[in-house]
Amino acid sequence: MTLAADRALLLTEHHEEEHGPSGVLKWITSTDHKVIGKSYTITSLVFFCLAGLMAMVIRTQLASPDATLVNQHLYNELFTMHGSLMLYLFAGPFAFGGLANFIVPLQCGAPDMAFPRLNALSYWLYLGGGLIMIGGFLTVGGAADFGWVAYAPLSNAVNTPGAGPDMWIVAVALTGFSAIFTGVNIAATVFYLRAPGLTMFRLPIFTWNMLVTGILILIAFPVLTAAIVMLWCDRHIGSHIYTVSGGGVPVLWQNLFWFFGHPEVYILALPYFGIVTDVLATFSRKPVFGYRGMVFATISIAALSTSVWAHHMFTTGTALLPFFSLMTYLIAVPTGVKFFNWIGTMWRGSITFETPMLYAVGFLIVFLFGGVTGILLASPPLDFAVHDTYFVVAHFHEVLFGSAVFGGFAGLYYWYPKFTGRMTREALGKASFWFMFVGFWVTFLPQYLLGLHGMPRRIAEYSAATGWLTLNRLSTAGAYLLFLSVALTMVNLLVSWFKPVASGDNPWDAQTLEWATSSPPPHHNFFWIPPIRSERPLWDYNHPDHTKLHQGNGHAPERAPALVGSSSVRIIQPRPGGSGDETGGTDR
Amino acid sequence: MPFGFLAAAGLVLAGCNEKFGETKGATSQSHLEFSFWFWMMVAGISVAVFVWILIFWSIFRYRRKGDELPKQFHEHIGLELTYTIIPLLMVGVIFGFTVVVENRIDNVLKPPAVIVNVTAYQWGWIFQYSKPGPDPSVNCQQQPTDCVTVQTAPHAAPSSLPESYTSPLYPQLVLPQGETVRIFLRSVDVIHGFYVHAFNFSRYAQPGVTNSFEFYPTNLGVYDGQCTQYCGLYHSEMLFSVRVDTPSQFKAWYAQHAQQQQIPQTGGSS
Repeated sequence: MTLAADRALLLTEHHEEEHGPSGVLKWITSTDHKVIGKSYTITSLVFFCLAGLMAMVIRTQLASPDATLVNQHLYNELFTMHGSLMLYLFAGPFAFGGLANFIVPLQCGAPDMAFPRLNALSYWLYLGGGLIMIGGFLTVGGAADFGWVAYAPLSNAVNTPGAGPDMWIVAVALTGFSAIFTGVNIAATVFYLRAPGLTMFRLPIFTWNMLVTGILILIAFPVLTAAIVMLWCDRHIGSHIYTVSGGGVPVLWQNLFWFFGHPEVYILALPYFGIVTDVLATFSRKPVFGYRGMVFATISIAALSTSVWAHHMFTTGTALLPFFSLMTYLIAVPTGVKFFNWIGTMWRGSITFETPMLYAVGFLIVFLFGGVTGILLASPPLDFAVHDTYFVVAHFHEVLFGSAVFGGFAGLYYWYPKFTGRMTREALGKASFWFMFVGFWVTFLPQYLLGLHGMPRRIAEYSAATGWLTLNRLSTAGAYLLFLSVALTMVNLLVSWFKPVASGDNPWDAQTLEWATSSPPPHHNFFWIPPIRSERPLWDYNHPDHTKLHQGNGHAPERAPALVGSSSVRIIQPRPGGSGDETGGTDR
Repeated sequence: MPFGFLAAAGLVLAGCNEKFGETKGATSQSHLEFSFWFWMMVAGISVAVFVWILIFWSIFRYRRKGDELPKQFHEHIGLELTYTIIPLLMVGVIFGFTVVVENRIDNVLKPPAVIVNVTAYQWGWIFQYSKPGPDPSVNCQQQPTDCVTVQTAPHAAPSSLPESYTSPLYPQLVLPQGETVRIFLRSVDVIHGFYVHAFNFSRYAQPGVTNSFEFYPTNLGVYDGQCTQYCGLYHSEMLFSVRVDTPSQFKAWYAQHAQQQQIPQTGGSS
């Protein structure tokens, strides 16, 4: 009967002195999801900063029409690596490698991921892949320069020879495997390691979204891996899969790539949707509005995302336009449902604007505009007019920067106390947010207009007669603001680490399980888990008079010592009389 | 900022050949795209503003006022269904218009009077004209010597900075006004993007695939064209221009080039 009681005792026993190596060796050999999660987070942030610096060079180059700063070859390498680092090495791994690794087991009330060693392998594949990708700059011919989408036949051995592109291919394959392993791990953890009482419909939305992301990874990444193996064969062993001369079909690459690539952008968005949902609920002091609708919306988005890939290929003349257009439009519906649910979560709440909440609301405002321009692009006649122009660049950055950076920073600030036991500096965080919010619009709104005025993407230089100069300079100025904003956040993270201000276990009065243990959590995470009767067990425990109204089972849990503000690890054995309550729902 | 953008968009609306940043363009297809663009922007911005208002209302109206916790409501099935079904209906309407406009853009008004074979390569363009007339039947891929040809000057790329689009380095595609023009588009190496901003249109030039599409130029003038699909080192310099002439000017231009290039003049009815 008392699974929870057994579990608590079991977990207590596990909290023996940790054996094994210490220092760097401990870090290298660790299979603890928290250590791996932190490694992932830090590594992906480093790649984010590197890719951001490349973006600064790109924007500075475009602030004058002539190719004054870098030559065309280097420019092509820079935008290729900017895109590749951001997409393969930052936006994804930061979410499903960093935050999810750390948070999903905690939100499930689990001691670790389902496959800790596989998890460690994921990280090392990712780090190795990342270093190999960026190592392309050290080769004679330079790094890969065929764009992050590597369209065939530009990516074959004739058009882009050299070791840099090969290293890119190997790196994408390695990080792809890393993502696949993490996807397996997340799905297995959510399915099998949930705490007693934590039914699927009591999972926090972040964990739900990570589960769906994990499954989407399993659908999308193997296709990319297969495609990239074939690309490697084309380059090295003379197969002609993507080359016309040997009977191959170049557009096959686009089909395969975007069959990965479009689910990929939702792999990069859904985790951040989840972060924002949790943050909005916490800082509105209310449950997530339309919880089930939120889950179904996430699943719908994931399902639809596998049937929209050819909207990247409207102008190839080989796509069935109405089908892919309709499927793409349809994604707006569940995304719209999410928006209304987010608003419903804030509605009649008691909202405070700590830094994570600022970023979450900022995400709502900016992502909405990126979403609307996405609807425009889903229409083939409009796509014909703006395809491969800066309009697409602006749309793409609005949604991806909106989710991965606004949403990502919301998560980073929200869970920083969980990671470290330290608070971040509010003033620095807020300054960083406002620079980012203003910088974002100044950077990307001019890019929409540039696209409508006919500026193609990926050009290193342009004729002064085009009249694109002023808008480009505005966009570059905005990019510097974004640079400043990110720099402030990085300084914030470092200052908060080296000059600690203790956060306590649950500084935000949060609702979900990850805050029910100490911050940072002990080895194997939990000594005690509150009874789980809804998707926000900690809130129910801390605020027994304010649980979800109609879901009360007649008796609120006895008021126990509040966990809020406590920074010490306490071992609380489950009350013998309470064990029946605590396992309520376990059998479902 | 969003509202600043709307204000800016309103200013842009004052000019009638440019709405929400998009230009009306020089072909009947671009006019269709332009008006569709306008209504899509009106719909899109209306939705965005509606949702922004809800967001801003929430964050200003429901700021924390005291220690009392808010009512913990968490769902409203009727409301949730409403905001699922209404967007679904909106998608249906938008999709209907999309299909109508798309078909009209793909459709042609008259049989083509001019056929141009456009070949893209790293890093330039070749424009080959089949003989203009009611039956422009010459196949330029098989009989290139029978086609008036305009192409990027050798060694145009690499220059340090792209010159103006009408520089003699870059080829000019001359088209007659008020006639249907069919383009056959292909590439000999990598994928390129054939894009004329004033036509509000682009299409990939791909190896192994010949794409065809039609224009109906309505406005005289000279327009910029450029490769939009990244195609390697000198992608930025793959420029061309398009000149829309009156039909008689076009005939004169064609005759002059046919004579210069010694194209046999038999078999057509120009």
